[in-house]
Amino acid sequence: MIKPFDRNHTTEMRAVYAQTLIDMMSKNKDVVIMDADLVSASGTKKVFDAFPKQSINMGIAEANMMGVAGGLSLSGKIPYVHTFAPFATRRAYDQIYLSGAYQQANFRILGSDPGYWAAHNGGTHTSVEDLALMRVIPTMNVLVPADAVALKWMLHYTEKAYGMFYIRMGRKDYVDLYQEDATFELGKVNVLSEGKDGVIFAIGEMVAEAMDAAMIVKQQFNLDVAVVDVFSLKPLDKESIIKQSHNKKFVITAENHSIINGLASAVSEVLVENKNHPPLRKVAINDRFGEVGTIDYLSKTYQVNAENIVKAIKEFI
Amino acid sequence: MNSNEVFAMKVRLETCKMLKARGFGHLGGALSIVEVLSVLFNDVMSVDPQNPQDPSRDYFVLSKGHGGPSYYSTLALKGFFDVSLLSTLNNNQTNLPSHPDRTKTIGIDVTTGSLGQGISLAVGLAKGFKMSEKSNQVYCVIGDGECNEGQVWEAIQFIAHHQLDNLLIFIDENHKQLDGTTQSVLNPFDLAKKVEAFGLFTQRVNGSDVNVIKEAIALAKSKTTVASCIVLDTVKGQGIPYFEQMDDNHHIRFDETSMAQLDSAIESLEKKLLEVSHD
Repeated sequence: MIKPFDRNHTTEMRAVYAQTLIDMMSKNKDVVIMDADLVSASGTKKVFDAFPKQSINMGIAEANMMGVAGGLSLSGKIPYVHTFAPFATRRAYDQIYLSGAYQQANFRILGSDPGYWAAHNGGTHTSVEDLALMRVIPTMNVLVPADAVALKWMLHYTEKAYGMFYIRMGRKDYVDLYQEDATFELGKVNVLSEGKDGVIFAIGEMVAEAMDAAMIVKQQFNLDVAVVDVFSLKPLDKESIIKQSHNKKFVITAENHSIINGLASAVSEVLVENKNHPPLRKVAINDRFGEVGTIDYLSKTYQVNAENIVKAIKEFI
Repeated sequence: MNSNEVFAMKVRLETCKMLKARGFGHLGGALSIVEVLSVLFNDVMSVDPQNPQDPSRDYFVLSKGHGGPSYYSTLALKGFFDVSLLSTLNNNQTNLPSHPDRTKTIGIDVTTGSLGQGISLAVGLAKGFKMSEKSNQVYCVIGDGECNEGQVWEAIQFIAHHQLDNLLIFIDENHKQLDGTTQSVLNPFDLAKKVEAFGLFTQRVNGSDVNVIKEAIALAKSKTTVASCIVLDTVKGQGIPYFEQMDDNHHIRFDETSMAQLDSAIESLEKKLLEVSHD
C-alpha cells in the first residue's frame, strides 16, 4: 500500500489535479472545470486550453461560481470548482450551503493552499477554518489527500459519485506516500503503519509529518506508534478510530488546520463517547489568524510539523 | 377574457385561499408575480405535469423564493399536484414550505430562498444546456429588493459575457422590500438602465398585464446571441386594492380587518370567474 518513506520523493499536487482532470474530461464530456481567475495559479491553464467547451473561468466572483456550479449540476454536468481555500469556503459559504448541499446539487469544491501553504499570500489568504466550516454542513463530504495518489483517487471517485464534496489540498509538492495501486474508500481510514504504543491520526500533508515523527520516536525511544491517514474527514471512520485507539497509551491528532472543529475535534468527539479512551494531544494551529512567510517558517510558527508531533508524544514518556 | 387572463385570476384566487388557510404569509410579493407566472406556465413554457422530470422541459427558477404561494398555485392549476394540497402551506411536514424546495414539491426545479442565489442557479442551468447543446429554455424571476444582493450583478455580468440567450430574466419591480419602499431602503436607481448597461436586451413593461408580458417575452425570444431581461413594473399586493395600499405588505399576519378584506377579494375573484365561465 505505501512506499518507503522518503522526504525527497515528492509530487506537485496542482500538476496531478490538472492531468487527472484532463484524463477525466477527455472521456467524459459532462465533467466541467471552473475557476475564479486562478487558472494560472492552479496549474490548469492547459486544461482550459485543451477543453474550452468544458471549462469556465468565472472571474473573481466566488458566490456566483458556487451557484452556477449548482445549476450546472442540475443540468447534468459534473463541476470541479477551484479557488484558494478561504475563497472556496468562507467567502461563498451560504452559496455552498444552499445552492449546493441543501439543494442536493452535485459538485466538487477544491480549496487549495490551506493553512501554512498560503505562505507569501499571508494572513488574508490563509484558511485555518475551512475543514471546520465544511464538515458542519449536512451531507457535505470532506476529503483531504495526503499525497498525489490519494488526490487522483478523490478526483476519479467523485466523478462517479453524487453529492457535494470538499477536497482540501496544497498546490505544491507533497511527499509520495502511497503506491499507485493503493486503495481508498469513502468513510474509511488507511492505516499506514501499525504500532502498539500509541497512534497518530493525521490528515493531508500532516500524514507525512506523522510518518517522520513515528520513525523518530522509534529510533529515539523505541516506541511503536501507528500512523492513520484520516483522508475522509467526513464521513468519518468512527469504528477504526475507536479500534486504533484501543489499548494505546496515547492518541495524537495532526493537522495543518485550526485546533477548533477540524480533525482534533472530530477524533475527540468519537473518543469521548467511549469509556477508557487514551489521553489525546492535538497538533494543530492554535486559535489564531495566519501570517506571511515561508512554508518552513509558518509550519514552525504554527507548530504543525514532525517536530511538534514528537514533542506531543514525549509528554507520554 | 383570454386564457392567460383567466389563468391569472385563478392563480390569484388560489394564492389568497392558501394564505387564508394558514392565516399568514408572503402575500405582497406573491401577488406581484401572478401575471408573469401565468403567462409562463399557461402559454410559454414547455412543461408536462404528467412528466415533471422530463429532461427536455423548460426550467423555471423563482429566485425571489418568498413568492412561493403563487408559484405553488400556478403549479397546482397547471396540474403538477392537486389543488387541495395548497391549504397545507407551511403546515408541519408540508410539501409546500414558504420558500420553494425542489426536494419536496413536484414541479419545482430549483430550491430558492436565500436572495441572490436563484439567479446564479438559473445561469448554471442555462450555461449547462448550452454546453450540452440542448434546447431547454430557462426562466428566472428575481425581485427588485433582491437586486440589493451583489451576487445578482455577478450573475448578470456572467449572463451578458456568455450571451445566454436561452435564459430570460424577469425583475419583478414592485417597488417595495421588507422594510419599506426600495427607494427608501436602498435606492435601486434605474434597474432597466443598469441591466441594459451590462449588455442585456432589456425591456420595461407593465407587469400587471398578461398580454403585454406575452408580447415582451416574444420580442425577447426573437433576439439571438444576446441575453434578455424584462423589468416588470408591478405593485406589491397586485390585483387587490386593499393589499396594494397596505404599507407593510411583505409578510402579512391577517387580523380581523385584513382577513375580511381577503375574504372579500376571494369572493370577488370567485364571482368574476363564475361570470367568465358563463360567457
